Amino acid sequence: MNSPSAAIPESLNNLISRATSLSDAQIEDEIAESIYRTSRELSREAVIYTGAGEQDRTEKLDRILTSPIWGYPIMLIMLGVIFWFTIAGANVPSSMLAETFARVEGWLTALFMAIGAPGWLHGILVHGLFRGTAWVVSVMLPPMAIFFPIFYLLENYGYLPRVAFNMDRLFKWAGAHGKQSLTMAMGFGCNAAAVMSTRIIESPRERMLAILTNNFVPCNGRWPTLILLASLFMAAGFAGSSATLVTALILMGMVLFGVLVTLLVSWTLSKTALRGVPTHYTLELPPYRRPKILNTVIRASLDKSWNVLKRAVIVAAPASIITWIFANIYIGDTSIFMYFVNFLDPFGQLLGMDGFIIAAFILGLPANEIVIPILLMGYLSQGAMLEIDSLSELKHIFVNQGWTWLTALNMMLFSLLHYPCGTTLFNIYQETKSAKWTFMAFAIPTTIAVGVTLITATLARSLGWV
Amino acid sequence: MTSYRVALAGNPNTGKSTLFNTLTGLKQHTGNWPGKTVIRAEGTYVHNNQEYTLVDLPGTYSLYANSADEEVARDYIVFEKPDVTVVVMDATAMERNLNLALQVMEMTDRVILCINLMDEAEKKGMTIHDRKLADRLGVPVVKISARNKQGIDQLLDAIERMAEGKITTRPYRVTYSEDLEQKIREIEPDVRKIVGDQYPARWIALRLLDGDYSLLKTLQDQLLNQRGKGVETGELSVSCHT
Repeated sequence: MNSPSAAIPESLNNLISRATSLSDAQIEDEIAESIYRTSRELSREAVIYTGAGEQDRTEKLDRILTSPIWGYPIMLIMLGVIFWFTIAGANVPSSMLAETFARVEGWLTALFMAIGAPGWLHGILVHGLFRGTAWVVSVMLPPMAIFFPIFYLLENYGYLPRVAFNMDRLFKWAGAHGKQSLTMAMGFGCNAAAVMSTRIIESPRERMLAILTNNFVPCNGRWPTLILLASLFMAAGFAGSSATLVTALILMGMVLFGVLVTLLVSWTLSKTALRGVPTHYTLELPPYRRPKILNTVIRASLDKSWNVLKRAVIVAAPASIITWIFANIYIGDTSIFMYFVNFLDPFGQLLGMDGFIIAAFILGLPANEIVIPILLMGYLSQGAMLEIDSLSELKHIFVNQGWTWLTALNMMLFSLLHYPCGTTLFNIYQETKSAKWTFMAFAIPTTIAVGVTLITATLARSLGWV
Repeated sequence: MTSYRVALAGNPNTGKSTLFNTLTGLKQHTGNWPGKTVIRAEGTYVHNNQEYTLVDLPGTYSLYANSADEEVARDYIVFEKPDVTVVVMDATAMERNLNLALQVMEMTDRVILCINLMDEAEKKGMTIHDRKLADRLGVPVVKISARNKQGIDQLLDAIERMAEGKITTRPYRVTYSEDLEQKIREIEPDVRKIVGDQYPARWIALRLLDGDYSLLKTLQDQLLNQRGKGVETGELSVSCHT
């Protein structure tokens, strides 16, 4: 202890380099594991359960639900079942709502005629505002009212932490934080909220990964697009319950693809721009608890579905009006909207879609909920006005515009992978305070969306599938 | 009369803050840990005419310094060296709580395990053999129920005797794999040469091996602060391989 002070850094540095040469990546895990094993042994010795307690049940369930063999299959089956319920359950109320709104639209038109309102007013308010909003409500409300309660029942039961536990290995492989699986799960609800929820990740590097990749899981603004297109086009050759099954499988495929892209992008970033090793963390697995079922269902339906819907309508209503106006102001014999569409069309065709779809995605930047309504309005503004009172008639509109399964698939892929909505981008800026990373959060997904749809379109065309 | 310093460590939701409030009553104040956005709660209490300063460390599941909370708790135990560190544990989740206790026991000898929420454990039909645990772990174990104010006196007595040096502990050391133990043996003597007996050499050796360089920065600052306050610090910097 008589070394001079200046020697401290030097000897510390020597020590560090010695330790670094001895150290390897496994040591961190090994230390955590050894301590954990000792804790378990000690608690086995010192703690005695006299009652057949909850602890026992939780442990037994965890042995299955988080097992290395059964963990993933069970997760996938759960996901599939949720989708199946959502689609099977949403069909009937969706078309009932659509019918009701079509009838109301008829009355409104009659009313406008009766009071002798000018045609443009009827156009803006009924064909623009009312029809756009009605579509958002009838397409989005039923799936949400089924999906959210099931999702929150699982969460309250204590299953979500197990999902995070299972996914931890994958995210660690990708150089990301295990908690990213939780923020990802939040993204299924709303990417904008999920970006805020990344605050649970302490390391700035891993948090950035979670922010940049959150967009690759479909938020509830995009669920309706995916569900609608999957059920209209992908399950075309099937009928009845097998059609529902195929739709559910397609959706599951979309989600898995989104997760895969999340992992690949995280991996790439953590090897390049955001280099580093994942920190380890302790995830508490709370005991399973039977949720208050009625309570959860009501709160999920009211809180989540209602709030999301409110947002959708608030954004969709003005967007519907603006789109209608642009679609009905003519320069020469072409509307402003059509100039825009024609300009985008070659690019859209290249990606297996068309100018309308790309225009809808661009105008849908404020909120993903309005992409389908804008698209419909675009299509309907051409030629004769169609009364849409059932989902199958919706398909005719698309097919009349030259849609194939490839168009539907690529629109789904583009919806899954493209840039986050305006609110999410705003939140990303708020959280990162960096224009550069906000731009990256826009550019990375968009590049991937364009790349993937370009590949599928080129492949399908060269193989003569369409 | 100098005041003994007692730290409260523990997992979140173990009733640590309930205990803190029970002991200190209104004699507490909160602020932030220097340079951190982590809340620091400190209070005092008197037991047998002796004053104690109680520091409520942030609730954490581990002390690997993954987060600001963990770093604060870890640095306080290692570098501030409280007279006693009380690990508050949830009796209904002993396995998870022992995890943290074992980590604390690697860092300091002056540990008391305080098993809280005994009332809940009994309701769940659990029996905890505190004496067996104390034997195996080589540190005092006290069972309490902070919200029912049960076992508080025993806890305060145990703290008193440990602070006055009347208890000698032999904290249980986790044994790692032969391979890792070998590596520890290789560098522990050198660590001891630098830090002497004032910091836990084995624990620092482990952190060096698992690549925790943030600790080294803190360690260096601590050592320099202690040995020569007048030394020019311009060229003294550890190159951290992070």
